[in-house]
Amino acid sequence: MKEKTAIQEFVKGIWDENPILVQLLGLCPTLAVTTAAENGLAMGMAATFVLLCSSFLVSMFRKVIPGQVRIAAYIVIIATFVTIADRFLAAFVPDISKSLGPFIPLIIVNCIILGRQEAFASKNGIGRSLLDALGMGLGFTLVLLVLSSIREILGSGTWFGMNIMWESFAEWGVMSQAPGAFITLGCLIAGANWINARRKA
Amino acid sequence: MKSTAKIIIVLTLITVISGAVLAVLDAYTKPRIDAYKNKIRNEAVSQVLPENVKIETINKADQTFYKASKNEEVVGYAFQVSGGGYQSELVLMVGVTADFSKIIAAKILSQVETPGLGTKIENDPSNKEDPSWFVDQFKNLSVAPAITYVKNVKPSKDNEIQAITGATISSAAVVSVLNKGIEKFKAIIQE
Repeated sequence: MKEKTAIQEFVKGIWDENPILVQLLGLCPTLAVTTAAENGLAMGMAATFVLLCSSFLVSMFRKVIPGQVRIAAYIVIIATFVTIADRFLAAFVPDISKSLGPFIPLIIVNCIILGRQEAFASKNGIGRSLLDALGMGLGFTLVLLVLSSIREILGSGTWFGMNIMWESFAEWGVMSQAPGAFITLGCLIAGANWINARRKA
Repeated sequence: MKSTAKIIIVLTLITVISGAVLAVLDAYTKPRIDAYKNKIRNEAVSQVLPENVKIETINKADQTFYKASKNEEVVGYAFQVSGGGYQSELVLMVGVTADFSKIIAAKILSQVETPGLGTKIENDPSNKEDPSWFVDQFKNLSVAPAITYVKNVKPSKDNEIQAITGATISSAAVVSVLNKGIEKFKAIIQE
């Protein structure tokens, strides 16, 4: 494979190798927390923070960590940053922390984060790893934001808690529930595939 | 042998550093998190008790409750009750009069009911004037005999509330959690 430029390492996570739309990774929190735009954004930012910090450390110590125990080492590093993010959210934005519930601690087993350590940060320098992490984190956050915005607007008639729909708008209750998450995500993935197919043609 | 030693040293170092970082973080964030929890609890306690009363925290038989008194006379108690809802645990704060005959008010502290249906026990957006009508029904509600609920008609008795259409199980769960919790604390407090 051809060596990518620094810019390409960053941009690939947003579209070409988007963690949700293309790699289909980290779908559990994606489906579960996206009932409101605020939650989607907070989840995306927390995951991006953990991804950036973990990629930085894993890349820095990639030659020191023995191959046999690398997964254990990555998990300890990731778990440490997840706990930091969890405690910070609980201390400073307790309402968001409450609505995200167990999904912040579950970032530990989010396959996007472990996947990037195994596939990228453990084989590349610090600069490239940070760009890769930032791109992947941003791609994840953007899809969460779009998904949660669609679900909040149609499911509750609000966006970031603001009433934005007309008075007589009837909420689509299903959008706030699990099936709404699957339906919306399915439409987003189909849309992304359709655009990609047209671009190639 | 050399590589085994390296594995042990590296993993030990990583975990020790991680533990140290988290210990420092905990010392820094714990007071804020506890303060928030206390604030939420104190707000809930004062919302379910009459205004301008002196509130004392009492621990008895491993349970915590709050005694409200005015001019040295007990006017009510508040305590936290919990139990199974439709999908997960319901936690409420409830205030009762000193003789346990009436609920002063109740407040939902946490619930994970079906969005759009069961969540109406806390917030019903379809009722624009009074989104908290369901839980407000418990204000001044008689609890002797135990609370019951009716469906689709206005409550006619002192101890009745109206269940939410489409969320009977959640409505019934709130009633059951309150009945059981009040019974339990009545036994503890009046012992």
